[in-house]
Amino acid sequence: MTEAFRSLKLVPKAESPQSAKEFKTDQEVRWCPGCGDYAILAAVQSFMPELGIRRENTVFVSGIGCSSRFPYYMNTYGMHSIHGRAPAIATGLAASRPDLSVWVVTGDGDALSIGGNHLIHALRRNVNLKILLFNNRIYGLTKGQYSPTSEVGKITKSTPMGSLDAPFNPLSLAVGAEASFVARTIDSDRQHLQSVLRAAAEHEGTALVEIYQNCNIFNDGAFEVLKDPNTRDEALIRLEHGQPMVFAGQGVFRGADGELHVAEVTEANRSEVLVHDVHHPSAARAFALTRIADADTLHHTPIGVLRDVRRPVYDTLMADQLEQAASAKGAGDLAGLLTGADTWTVS
Amino acid sequence: MTSQVDQSEAVGGSDGEGQGAAPPPSGGRSRPAKPIRRLDRVIIRFAGDSGDGMQLTGDRFTSETASFGNDLSTLPNFPAEIRAPAGTLPGVSSFQLHFADHDILTPGDAPNVLVAMNPAALKANLPDLPRGAEIIVNTDEFTKRALAKVGYAADPLADKSLEAYHLHKVPLTTLTLEALKESGLARKDAERAKNMFALGLLSWMYHRPTHGTETFLRQKFAKKPEIAEANISAFRAGWNFGETTESFAVSYEISPAELPAGTYRNISGNLALSYGLIAASQRSGLPLFLGSYPITPASDILHELSKHKNFGVRTFQAEDEIAGIGAALGAAFGGALGVTTTSGPGVALKSETIGLAVSLELPLLVVDIQRGGPSTGLPTKTEQADLLQAMFGRNGEAPVPIVAPSTPADCFDAALEAARIAVTYRTPVMLLSDGYLANGSEPWRIPEVEELPDLRAEFATGPNHTLEDGSEVFWPYKRDPQTLARPWAIPGTPGLEHRIGGIEKQDGTGNISYDPANHDFMVRTRKSKVDGITVPPLEVDDPSGEARVLVIGWGSTYGPITAAVRRVRADGGKVAQAHLRNLNPFPANLGAVLKAYDRVIVPEMNLGQLALLLRARYLVDAQSYNQVRGLPFKAAQLADVLFAAIGTLEGDEQND
Repeated sequence: MTEAFRSLKLVPKAESPQSAKEFKTDQEVRWCPGCGDYAILAAVQSFMPELGIRRENTVFVSGIGCSSRFPYYMNTYGMHSIHGRAPAIATGLAASRPDLSVWVVTGDGDALSIGGNHLIHALRRNVNLKILLFNNRIYGLTKGQYSPTSEVGKITKSTPMGSLDAPFNPLSLAVGAEASFVARTIDSDRQHLQSVLRAAAEHEGTALVEIYQNCNIFNDGAFEVLKDPNTRDEALIRLEHGQPMVFAGQGVFRGADGELHVAEVTEANRSEVLVHDVHHPSAARAFALTRIADADTLHHTPIGVLRDVRRPVYDTLMADQLEQAASAKGAGDLAGLLTGADTWTVS
Repeated sequence: MTSQVDQSEAVGGSDGEGQGAAPPPSGGRSRPAKPIRRLDRVIIRFAGDSGDGMQLTGDRFTSETASFGNDLSTLPNFPAEIRAPAGTLPGVSSFQLHFADHDILTPGDAPNVLVAMNPAALKANLPDLPRGAEIIVNTDEFTKRALAKVGYAADPLADKSLEAYHLHKVPLTTLTLEALKESGLARKDAERAKNMFALGLLSWMYHRPTHGTETFLRQKFAKKPEIAEANISAFRAGWNFGETTESFAVSYEISPAELPAGTYRNISGNLALSYGLIAASQRSGLPLFLGSYPITPASDILHELSKHKNFGVRTFQAEDEIAGIGAALGAAFGGALGVTTTSGPGVALKSETIGLAVSLELPLLVVDIQRGGPSTGLPTKTEQADLLQAMFGRNGEAPVPIVAPSTPADCFDAALEAARIAVTYRTPVMLLSDGYLANGSEPWRIPEVEELPDLRAEFATGPNHTLEDGSEVFWPYKRDPQTLARPWAIPGTPGLEHRIGGIEKQDGTGNISYDPANHDFMVRTRKSKVDGITVPPLEVDDPSGEARVLVIGWGSTYGPITAAVRRVRADGGKVAQAHLRNLNPFPANLGAVLKAYDRVIVPEMNLGQLALLLRARYLVDAQSYNQVRGLPFKAAQLADVLFAAIGTLEGDEQND
């Protein structure tokens, strides 16, 4: 049993160690063969025992899309809801049940297009939710239209001459929406994925984890440059809190204009390489980090935790108000409430 | 009909004559010997600019009247704009109050007294006034400019156009300023107390108790005692003005009403509904979770519930209508009494989530305070045109039980009834109130908590099914054979972990199923569950037993229809009345009731939505009578309709 995760302090602890197998259901997994979702599912199932909480106090809530089938395969409580609304539904659940560990599974269409409003409001409220955003930069379940994270000019069934609209950067959006925890990981790197899940679970409040996920049917190889052993070391910036941001002989520096940029690390500039600080109070640093990757080539993509700051948690605040009201006014007295102040009697 | 101009006089002179006559607010002085007339009922309308405080004035007069013990019914009527352009016809805000020494059902058709704070208020409301009505006008506002603004070519106070009325010309503003000249308030602030001057004057005219208003003003302006005192001074000045001026020669007494024994308070529909929700939470043992987005005329429920956190009530002001219901549904999954409150446009946005709740079979209350539509429509006016939206406004076969309160106080019981259905049958329930019920008020006999229904719900605690191999499992869609409700197993319950969703589920296991026969079975089962909900039988009021015309309504038309029925019967007409509170499912005896009458009249504030359902379901030739003016029906108007229906039946007979 590990030490209790901070965000799970109100969740009942498991009585005995759990195994990944206990988190699997008897339902046949119905994603396309080769889908990145399989790797994420396996990583999550084998990670869950680490939390050390009762399985029945864990809930997965999803919206609609390929990723949103996820809850059916987790032997916890779960709800496969409607398109885009999972953060709203999970907010109601988490806000009324502080004894639960609530996870949202969503995709780039679900979270950023139809459900964009719920996502940003969950983030600003800082509800105790862990949101796993599977980003494959395409619509899979509707068979291959471009998504709000697809690159401009994407040729798809709905955009035969190329898509016209500029994509969202999900992590920039999250930081802009006052997210207290923002991270990115990759479906195929189980160790890294689990390290990010661990940090997210530890975080009190909303954690947004963007998972780059391969759709081998409609957008195959979208993140190949980040996975191919020949290119990934040059392309990925593996963020570690308290460590200088260096990779493949290069480093992250702050330029004279205040912007972050990548440059070769030399003896002369080695001391100027920025040290990653996930707890940096300014959102500007995290925002700049979300912008450092080249949107077209994905070069210099930071993965790991970009931001992890402490901020009051919505559900705790809500529970506190209930307690305050009860201690100030006493527990609710229904007869007194119904009677009120101005009455008259007819005999 | 009684009005105060045709009442016999009961000349009195002493302070204490008549039950509960009001003491002078300033205390000490005795009432001068002005005649007092007894009335059995009065309809007063306060009208002014939307910034003149007419709603507050009406509310206070209502509270005074309630504490005096009259029966009453109110109709606030105000523009959607917070401060509509001053002095214009669309900017007029009014508050109508009907009070009586007997039980009454409506805010009244036509005011006996109009208080008009400016020319716009006079012009907008004059068409509703019967000849002989009293008009009290604030002459200070009848300037050339103000008159021109609303299209008066000549001053109606100076020409003979108001000859048919009993006109009181009162310089309300001047008198208020005069009364407050020592207060040290700026003119602008002092002027704003003129509504309290008017309230004081009316309180004198009708012998209202005044203590409550003074207490209210002290509390309301606790942080600005000089404003509180100014308002109280204006209120007292208005009372004293009535007492001393010759313009008001008589005052009126309306004895307390003979209501069933009990303790009463005055209550609006939205307040009663809020209390009903809290009571449902207490009686079910389920914590209340409200997910809501502000919308007129439903927001007051959000405001009210947010005050009662000590009852364990969680209120969540969501980012939009969809999140409001989504959060409520999420909370319901976790074992809360999930509620969302909205109006018609919000229901449209929530439709998909209501469908999800139908599929998940979780308890959920969807409260629709209907308003004029379509689209934004008439946000502050009433209508009952969401019945078909409530009934059918979702994709697929998605039946939802519907409950509709009939009076402001009935909103309390209707909320409990909706919660009973939701919790017992594990289904979303639509509670259809409307703007008239929401803002209107009436006396409410406060129930004893022990009288309220027991709504205790049981969560699933263990396996409910044995597999062929003998193992015990939990099936989330294995139903109670009586109610067809599925078990409610909330997260945190060991061994009952399960997944539910909007995709079609296999009967019993709840696993995803695309099987054609299973889908057909599940669609029919969800319908059977709703059709099988136990609802009380429809009661028919037909005292003679000889009526051939039935008038049937639903929701807030109860008051006007019942008042119309009384008129018809008083004039010798025979008519039966029934009122639907459960609209899905309908009471089991509804078909038989409809077929027992030769003519069925269905008055609705829509274009015939209930009539459509009745005709479709029971093959009866239900006749619609419709109005969509944003205002409740008038009893006289409906009485004419009923007389005409009785008349045509008799006419048919003569032709036979």
